[in-house]
Parts: sequence; structure tokens; C-alpha cells
Amino acid sequence: MKPSVPRRQSLVVIGNGMAGMRTVEELLKLAPLLYDITVFGAEPHGNYNRILLSPLLAGDKQLGDIMLHDRQWYADHDITLHAGDAVEFIDRKRRYVRAKSGIEVFYDRLLIATGSTPFIIPVPGHTLPGVTAFRDLADVEAMQQAARAAGHAVVIGGGLLGLEAANGLQRQGMAVTVVHVMDSLMERQLDQPAAALLRQALEAKGLRFLLSTQTAEIVGERHVTAVRFKDGSEIPADLVVMTAGVRPNIALAQRAGIHCERAIVVDDTLQTYDPRIYAVGECVQHRSATFGLVAPIWDQARVCGAHLAQSNHRHYVQQATATKLKVTGVDLFSAGDFVGDGDSHDLVLRDPRRGVYKRLVLKDDCVVGAVLYGDVKDGPWYFDLIQKKTDISSLRNRLLFGQALCTASPS
Amino acid sequence: MSPPLPASLLSSPAAAGVLSTCPYCGVGCGVRATVQTDGSVAIEGDGAHPANGGRLCVKGSALGETLDLDGRLLYPQVRAAAGAPLERVSWDAALERVASGFRRIVDTHGPDAVAFYVSGQLLTEDYYIANKLMKGYIGSANIDTNSRLCMSSAVAGHKRAFGADLVPLCYDDLELADLIVLVGSNAAWCHPILFQRIVAARKLRPELKLIVIDPRRTATCEMADLHLPLKAGTDVWLFNGLLCYLERHGGADRGFVAGHTNGFEAALSAAQVDCSDPAAVARICKVAEADLLDFYQQFCATQKVVTAFSQGVNQSSAGTDKVNSIINCHLLGGRIGQPGMGPFSITGQPNAMGGREVGGLANMLAAHMDLDNAAHRKTVQTFWGSPTLAERPGLKAVELFAAIDSGRVKAVWIIATNPVVSLPDADLVRRALGKCELVVASDIVEQSDTNGFAHILLPATGWGEKDGTVTNSERRISRQRAFLAAPGEARPDWQILCEVGRRMGYQGFDFESVHQVFDEHARLSAHDNGSTNRRPDDECDNEHDSDVSGRRVFNLSGLCGIDRAQYDGLQPVQWPVRRTPCGASEGTPRLFLEHRYAHADGRARFVATAARSPRHALGVEYPLVLNSGRVRDQWHTMTRSGKSPRLAEHIPEPFLDIHPQDALLYGVREGALARVASRWGEVVVRVQHGGGITRGNAFVPIHWNDQNASDARIGAVVNPALDPISGQPEFKHTPVRIEDFPVSWHGFILSRHDIAMDGITHWTRIRGRAMQRFELAGREAIADHGQWARQRLALSDAEADWIEYEDRNAGVYRAAYLREDTIEACLFLSRRPDLPSRAWLAGLFAKDKIDEGDRIGLLSGQAADRAAETGPTVCSCFGVGRDTICRAIVSQQLASVAEVTSALRAGGNCGSCVPEIKKLLDAELAAPSCGKRA
Repeated sequence: MKPSVPRRQSLVVIGNGMAGMRTVEELLKLAPLLYDITVFGAEPHGNYNRILLSPLLAGDKQLGDIMLHDRQWYADHDITLHAGDAVEFIDRKRRYVRAKSGIEVFYDRLLIATGSTPFIIPVPGHTLPGVTAFRDLADVEAMQQAARAAGHAVVIGGGLLGLEAANGLQRQGMAVTVVHVMDSLMERQLDQPAAALLRQALEAKGLRFLLSTQTAEIVGERHVTAVRFKDGSEIPADLVVMTAGVRPNIALAQRAGIHCERAIVVDDTLQTYDPRIYAVGECVQHRSATFGLVAPIWDQARVCGAHLAQSNHRHYVQQATATKLKVTGVDLFSAGDFVGDGDSHDLVLRDPRRGVYKRLVLKDDCVVGAVLYGDVKDGPWYFDLIQKKTDISSLRNRLLFGQALCTASPS
Repeated sequence: MSPPLPASLLSSPAAAGVLSTCPYCGVGCGVRATVQTDGSVAIEGDGAHPANGGRLCVKGSALGETLDLDGRLLYPQVRAAAGAPLERVSWDAALERVASGFRRIVDTHGPDAVAFYVSGQLLTEDYYIANKLMKGYIGSANIDTNSRLCMSSAVAGHKRAFGADLVPLCYDDLELADLIVLVGSNAAWCHPILFQRIVAARKLRPELKLIVIDPRRTATCEMADLHLPLKAGTDVWLFNGLLCYLERHGGADRGFVAGHTNGFEAALSAAQVDCSDPAAVARICKVAEADLLDFYQQFCATQKVVTAFSQGVNQSSAGTDKVNSIINCHLLGGRIGQPGMGPFSITGQPNAMGGREVGGLANMLAAHMDLDNAAHRKTVQTFWGSPTLAERPGLKAVELFAAIDSGRVKAVWIIATNPVVSLPDADLVRRALGKCELVVASDIVEQSDTNGFAHILLPATGWGEKDGTVTNSERRISRQRAFLAAPGEARPDWQILCEVGRRMGYQGFDFESVHQVFDEHARLSAHDNGSTNRRPDDECDNEHDSDVSGRRVFNLSGLCGIDRAQYDGLQPVQWPVRRTPCGASEGTPRLFLEHRYAHADGRARFVATAARSPRHALGVEYPLVLNSGRVRDQWHTMTRSGKSPRLAEHIPEPFLDIHPQDALLYGVREGALARVASRWGEVVVRVQHGGGITRGNAFVPIHWNDQNASDARIGAVVNPALDPISGQPEFKHTPVRIEDFPVSWHGFILSRHDIAMDGITHWTRIRGRAMQRFELAGREAIADHGQWARQRLALSDAEADWIEYEDRNAGVYRAAYLREDTIEACLFLSRRPDLPSRAWLAGLFAKDKIDEGDRIGLLSGQAADRAAETGPTVCSCFGVGRDTICRAIVSQQLASVAEVTSALRAGGNCGSCVPEIKKLLDAELAAPSCGKRA
């Protein structure tokens, strides 16, 4: 028999993913007893590290390695978890949510962390069996299933996720072709020279690439058999993976009349237009930006957790983001504005024999962007310089040669 | 590398090494050269040589690095026609060309239409033959030498004061003195071993004082008790002032003056004109009156004073007067002719003295005999049995090239010297040689600024290959001995000269061995020179009063009849050398012990030296005084010392040293380039401070030339003002102006292979170990750095291992070319002179493979810091390595992933490394170790 405590407020979390649960963690750090917490998740598991789906697919990691919170953890923290039971309805007047199973839970505070859904290009045949996204454990299982039969895989979308999927499938023994509408890979993270080096490296690993290529149709009767392109050409496919980007998952919020644009609009405290409702993660739009990388989402969770804990002294400030490609044997780092403009200055280092390409973009004696290929050891340091807006004028001549040399006595 | 040696060439077994004499400065240090099994040569000091007792300076120690055959002239070459390229020919053809060429011009234009211009680097025997051929056979005195640029004022001063070119004392006297005054001498750099003897003596006897008189605060001044930074060119005022002071303050030895000298009154009254008041002298010399008086008092109070002087005194339009003003002061107090005292001319070259002894200057005859002395001429001609003999002095160095320019002299034979670099108004020399009818050059190097003008190039043997004698500053004759075979077809200079003499149809040049030449030289010195076993100051001279006037102090009677074995075994000995009754030969450490001087009356002379300013005064257009001189680790025009990587390290580039305030005043910056211009010419060199230059003065070294720099021949700037008596040029005082030399980029190249410098505004080539270094600066901006770099390094292969770094907006470009992990070349360019240190990069050329750290750091100019090694990356989001994590776990006693994350951020982003961090934690907590690993 627990000692009687005053009735605690109810916090309902929609979405059992990284953003939502990190927010809960931050909240518990500050106010472990403030809320009765109920978590709804569409997937039938505890919370796992979505970023590690690639190593999981590649076979570098096991399911156990990527679990962040198993069911025991929820129990230990008195959190009610409804896994595999998606919320379908929010009543903002009466302040309760209803799940698919019919469960209804009243809330004082609601946290929407519904993340995003993969964008499936609506070409003919996109619903055929054998066409999948690369978003969750189910997708990974489907891909591993297909991989057991070897055969041909076509990955549509040559961004970060697509290349990791392609690499994973290739490691699982499939012949993989990456189809990309743009003329260079990872154009959102890499400049042309780095992308070219990356392509060479991946081709050396056995991947094939079709760049500047638009998919026209996914061919097949009962199951995908091929992919046809706008130019009429066609390649065989036993598996098609769509990695053409994601869309914030906001259908539920929209039905509830919460103000959305491309995503759920939040302020610097991650609060939506409904003061009782907060949102974090890939489903939010903050100062017209949406999010796909983990670092800013950790920041959001910290801020949002603090406000839920009513120690609301933090504001979410967008930071430059850094990307790393999780493909074994390919070292790639990119951060900030690596495109630059008329006022920006470039530092470039090329060492083809070592497979090294480095480029820093400077503006007003600060680093604003970095692209590193082959030697990424100093990526985080440059990222730090970018975020801190450190004046590097005194280091300029040594900057690109790395932190060790810059901190060493000048020559 | 030096070729292996036939045993025949070794005067003693190679294992023991060969004793010889250093070919650099006038100290004349003994060296022991040992040829190693790999053909290289080990050099060490000769412990038994009286000059250096085993010590060697850095230049001497590096001699082994200068003996390779790169750039050596190995075969005779001639031009078919003017402007045609030089082509290899047989010795026979070449010698015939020389002999017939000189013969033709002598026959048509007379003997004074030809000339020899020789060198203080020649051995005495070479010198003797050249002098004999020109004065006794061709019949002109047009033989002069680069010693004219070095000590001819000392010679003239000696002759005026003592009646002959006599250096009274010896090195030991520096150690026996109580006061050493160094005038116009940076001995610490230019005569290092002598200076080290002084320093050592002062350690033993702190009461031995050292006073340095020099406009520059040189390295020598660092050791001095007192430095007088007198205004350039005011030495005569200073010593006239001293003369007056001594006379007034009891510093005079009346008895000595009365008994052994003439001319004191005239000298004193000349001095008293403007030097009787020390305060006035201090003003003129621009030194503190207290310091001046300190110097005067010490000189006055000390009997054992040695005043040693070098180019700062000699290289002046009043050089001879400077020398005599110094000697005057020594005569007044009788500070001469006793141990530990006297005026001491320290010569610049290894055999300037030897040249003087054979008479290898245009105003001498031979063996210290005079051209204008009929008796002497008769003596020499009869001794030689020569068909003719020059009757009047010939053209001195500067006049000689002026005469070539004006066409009066139509043929010149330049031997072992580089006048296009070393003479004043050197552009005139270049012009003159360009239009000279016949230019013959004997040299050991193929390419030199002078050899470019030669119609006939003759390969001579160099140091280590040639045999003979040299005489150092203390009259000490030492052997230079061969320990290397003559490379290619190179021949000793005396043989080449004899061949030409014979081919011109002269007798008297049939020597089979070099010792025969020396013997003839010795016999000439003793010829008509009193009985061979008497010294000039023997009491029994009274019997010979008749020929006292004919008596010459320079007398090698004790060496007459020397045979090959004796010659090869000859120990260092100071002339005069007489034969003792028991038949041994005995040298003479000191002269004038009996105060008998070489003037007819046996008395020394005071010389009235009215002070006068340098020839060319400063003005608005040329407001600074240019002073030129040597640096510590280079020699003359660098044909030898420039080969040594070790010597290149001390001062790699030609420079202009000025006072920082003058730099501000004239708008030049340290480290940047400046133009130094005079009425005669200009150079462009890098500005530096710290050479102890006073306001209004500038210093530029004499060594660099067109072979190793784009624009550094300072000779072209130096004024051709001459001392009216000695004919020595005024190298220490040329009015110049300096101005900024703006360039749009700076850079350097290090390369294993030579790089063409065409089209580059400013460059210097520096010898390094296994590579050459090029310092560059350019005026035209470079459009495409990458392309420019590949063209410069002549790199066509697109697949070559090429690393490049570019910061285009800053104009910074760096590239390196490697082959199988060996560095072939690297190139650094920048808009500002902010290039990294060359030292570490140069070191990479010594490695046959460079490691990862070198490669990563290469274009930054320093090795990547191995200490910052973090081990294999664990957290790639924050770039945290395994070793870093392990060290933190141990040092901060971290127990959980969360703690590791809060300490190092590792695992705090994507979290994919959390499992690895767990493993490391378990491992560390189990057995703390991996932190020490890797």
C-alpha cells in the first residue's frame, strides 16, 4: 500500500520513438513525480534507436544492441505503455485521446511525437508486394527476408538513408542498384567532389548507381519484378526500397485542428498553438524548419522536457547540424553550410592517393560549413567551431590540417 | 662524391690522413684530411699546426662537403667564335689557343695590351709562375689579384712605415698582449680560430683586455670589454687623435722615436690639425667621448698592445693612411718589435701573403723587390735569365677592368677568381669582359658569373687535388697537400701557366715538379740578398753596409735546394727562413727585435696621415652608407662553400641589414624585399635587423651572385672609389638608397631536382641535403596555382601522387609531389610572407619513406602531432577515440556509459557506440590496461 499522494497530473505521449521518450527522460530527470505518464506507440516494441536500423540491416548490430528502452524500463518508471496501439483521435475540448483499441486517456498535458512517414513515390506499381520503405523494424525484417533469396534490389533515392539501405542489402548478398534523380549523391550533405569520391568508394564495394534517373513505373504482376524509368529503360528488381525522403506525420494533429503548415508548428518551447499540447521531433516545424537528424531533436527534448517539468527556463535554438554516413569503410562528415556564397571563403585539401578530401567554408573569419571525406577525425572539432562561431583568423593557415596541428605550437 | 685515390697521390697513408692547410681565410689552419672507404673525406684540425692547434671553424670542418664534382669544370672548353657555345677540346688545342691569342695581341699591341687577373686562393707556386710569365717574359706588369681588394692597403702601409711589406709579429703575440684592439675586423666570423685563441687567452688571463672598433656591433663585439661604434670611414681621425693623446699623456717613448724612426713631427702636426681635442674627435667619429677616452687611456697605459686590423681598415679610399695612422701610434710608444705588441694585418685569403711574396701584384716585382728599383729589376732579370722585364707598375684590379672596358687591354687571363661578382662597379666588369677580345678563365667550376664570358675555359685542380704552399697572416708557410686524384682533365695552375709560357716560346718554364718551382722562388728570395745564413738584424751586418740597402727581409735561404722529400715533409715555418750553422732551416716568429727596419737607413717611418672623408659623400638621393662583407659560414662567391648544406643553414639568403628606425623611415619591412641602389647598380634582397647596424648604415653580404640568386651581386652597387696609394677599393662606404620592393606573392620550393627560375621576379637557390631550396617572390599574380605549380615542377603525369591545399581568397597554395611515399618536391605560395618553416620539410628529403604523420602534416609544414593520438575512433559523432576513452575511464574513475558521455560527450548523439563504450568500461574495470596500449 503506497502512501497516499495527491492525484498527479496526466501526461499522454503519442509516439514511442526516440524524440518522445528522450523528452520523457529529460522530464523525469527534473520532475520524476510530477505526472502519471501514458505512452502510445504504433509499433509493437519498446523504444529502439532508429538510427541504428542501418547497422542492424547490414548485420553489424543485433536487435539487443539498438533497444533504448525495453518494457521493464517503463514498468520501473511507472509509465503505462500501449505498444502497437496507435492513437486515432484527440479531443482537445475534453482533453482525452482515443487509441485504435478504444482505450481513452485523459490528459493535462499532451506530447505529440508521431515522427515522420517515408515518402512513397506514387508511381504505378508502388503498392506491389516487394516495395518497401526503410523506416522501422518491420521494414528491416522485410528487407532481410527478401535478401535471403538474394536477387536484385533497387533503392530509389540516393540520400543518406538510401545509401545506408543499399549498403546493408549489398552486405546481405543482394545485387543493389541505387537510383537517384539528382546528378550527385547526398546532395544535401555533400559537395560534388566529395560525392564523386563517395560514389567511387561505394562502386568499389559493388554498388551500382543510376544518377539523374527518374522512376516511371514499378513493374510486376503479384510481386515486383523490375523498375522502369522515364527513358524507357528497365532493370530487374526483386526488392524495391523507397528512400526518397520522409513527410512529417501530422494527420492526427491536423484532424484535431492543431495549427500545422508542413508540420506541427511549435514555438521556442516546443508548445503548439494549443497550450496544453507540445510536440517534438520530425513531426514539428520550428521557425519554418523541419528536422530529420537526431542532434536537434535531442535539443528539443531537453527544452520540451524542462517545460513539461514546469522549470521552463530553456528555449530551443536551432544549431547547425552534422551528418555522418554509417557505411563501414566510408568516412564521411558534413556539417553546416558547405555550399557557401559570394562572401564565403573555401579552404580545400586534396590527397587522392590517401582518398582524402576536406573542405571548410569560412565566413567573417568563422567556419560555417565543413565537408570531410576519408579523414573525418576533426569533423566534430570543426562542428564545434561552427556552433561556437569561433574566430579562426589566427588558425586559418593550419585549420584544415586538424586540431592537433592547430593546438600544437605554431611553426 | 670524390673519386677513390691512387696511392701515389697520398703523401702519407690514407689511414693516417693527409696534412694540409685550410683554403679559406688568412689564419691558415692546419687540417688533416682522411679519405674514407666510401670515398668521402673526413676533415679534422691538425693538432700539430701552430696556427690552430687542432681547432677548426665551421667552414673548415665542412670542407668534406665541398669536394663533390657537381658543377666541376673537368675539360678544356673553347668557343668556336664569339657568342658561340663553349665546346670541349683537347688540352693541346686549348693551350695553343691561349698561347697564340696572347702572342698575337702582344705582337700587334704590345705587352701592356694583355693582363692576368689572379687570386689569393692560388698557391705560391702557381702565383710565382704567373708573375714570372707576365713580368719577365711577356714584359708587362699587368698582373693583379683579388688580394688587391683585400690587403693592398696593408701592404702599402707596411712599405711606407717599414720599407717592405712586413708583418712584425705572430699569432702568439695575441696571447702575450695585455690589450688587443681589433679595428674593422669581425674576427669572430671571419677569422674564427684566431678569435677563439683570443677568447681562450682571456679566460686564462682576464687582465687581457679586448677593444673592438667597428661601425657594426658584430659578433666580435659580444666578447669585447669596449666597443667603439665609430662612424664609417673615420678611423684616421680616431688614431690621429690617439697619436695626439699619447704624445700629450706620456704615451710616447722619446728614445725609441729618436733612435729608430723618422717623420714623427710631420705626422704629429698633421694629426694635430683636427685631432688634438678628444671631444672633437669623439664628435667626428660619433662615439661617446667617455668611451673614446677609455680607449685612449687603456692604449696609453698598456705597453703590450696588439692592434689587429682587417678589411674595415683596408677597404677604404684612405686605407693606406688608416694603416699608417695605426702604425704611427705603435711607433710612438715603441709598441713594436717585442713579444705581445705591434700592428697586425689579418689577411682575408689563404695565400694573400704568398702572392705578396712572389710579387703577384701590379706594383711589385718579385720576392719583395720593387719594379721601380733598377737594381731589383736587374737582380730578378739576371736570376730568371728572362728576355725582358716590366719596367713600370701595371694596372691594378679596378683600373685593369676599366682598361679592358676602354679597349686598352685586349686579352685577360682570369685565374681562380670571379671578378664579375667581387669587384666594385661589377656591371662595368661584366660590360668590359663582354667586349674583350680574348678572355681566358682557369677555374674549378664550370658555371660562374665570370666564366660565362670566357672564350677559353681551362680546368684547374682544386683544394685537395693540388700541391704547394700558402703563407698565412703571421708569415707562416704551410703545405697544401693533395689527397684526391685530379678529376677529369684538370691540371695544376702552375703547369697550365708553364705550358702556355713554353708555347709562347719562352725558356724558364720547364719544371717537372712543384717543389722545383718553390725552390726557384726560395733561391730568388736569397739571390743578391746577403749571405744566406744571416738575418737582416745580425750585428755583423756592419761588414756589409754596402748592401744593407739591398738586403731584403723576405729571404727563404734556409729552404734553397729543397728536394721533393723535404718539400713533402716541410713543416709550417715563418719567413725569413735561414739556414743554421748545423744546416737546419730556422724560421722567424718576430721581426724588428733589433729595431732594424727595411728602409735604407734602417729606421721606421711615421707617415703624416691627414684625415679625409670617404670618396663619395652621402646626399639626399643616396642617404645611407652601404657596408659590404662576409657572413660566418660562406666564402667569397660561394663556388666552394655554397656546396655545403651545413653551411647554408646559418644564413640561407642574401640580406640587407639596417636599423629598424631606418627601415621605418624608408618604408621597408623586416622579412620583405628591398632594393638597394647606388649610382653604380642595384640589388634586391631581404630586409633584416639585428646585425648591430647603427642609424644611417646598411650591410649586405658579398657572397651571393647570379648563380644562386636573381639579384644579389652587391659588387654591382659598390662604388669604384680607390685608395690613391694601394688602389684598394672602398667596399665599406658606398652611398645608397633603399626602397621597398613590392611583390604580389612569396613562396618557396624544395626539390630533389633543379627547377628553372625563368620568369620569376626574385629567387635564391640554396643547397640542402639531398635537395635544393628555392626562395621565390613574384610580381605577376598567378592565375591557376595548381597548373603553375605542376609546370614549375615539370610534372606532366596526371596520375602522380600529388597533394594540394588551397585557400584561394588568401592567395595561399601548397602542393607536394611524392613517389612511392618519398617526397620529390613541395611548393608553398602565399600572398604574404607568412610561409611555414622550411626546416622540418627539408628533413623529409632525408627519409626514403615518409610516414602517415609526415604526410598528413606535410602541407602544414609540420608533423601531425603524434601526442594527440586518440586511437581508433569509437564515437564518430564526437570523434572520440578508444585511447581517449580508456584514459578518461582510468583517470576520472568513470563507471557508467552515462558518466563517459558526460565526461567526453562520447555516445551522447546517435548512441551507436554505446555498446563499445560498455565493453571498454568492463575491460577497464576488469584490468585497467588499454589506456596504456597504443
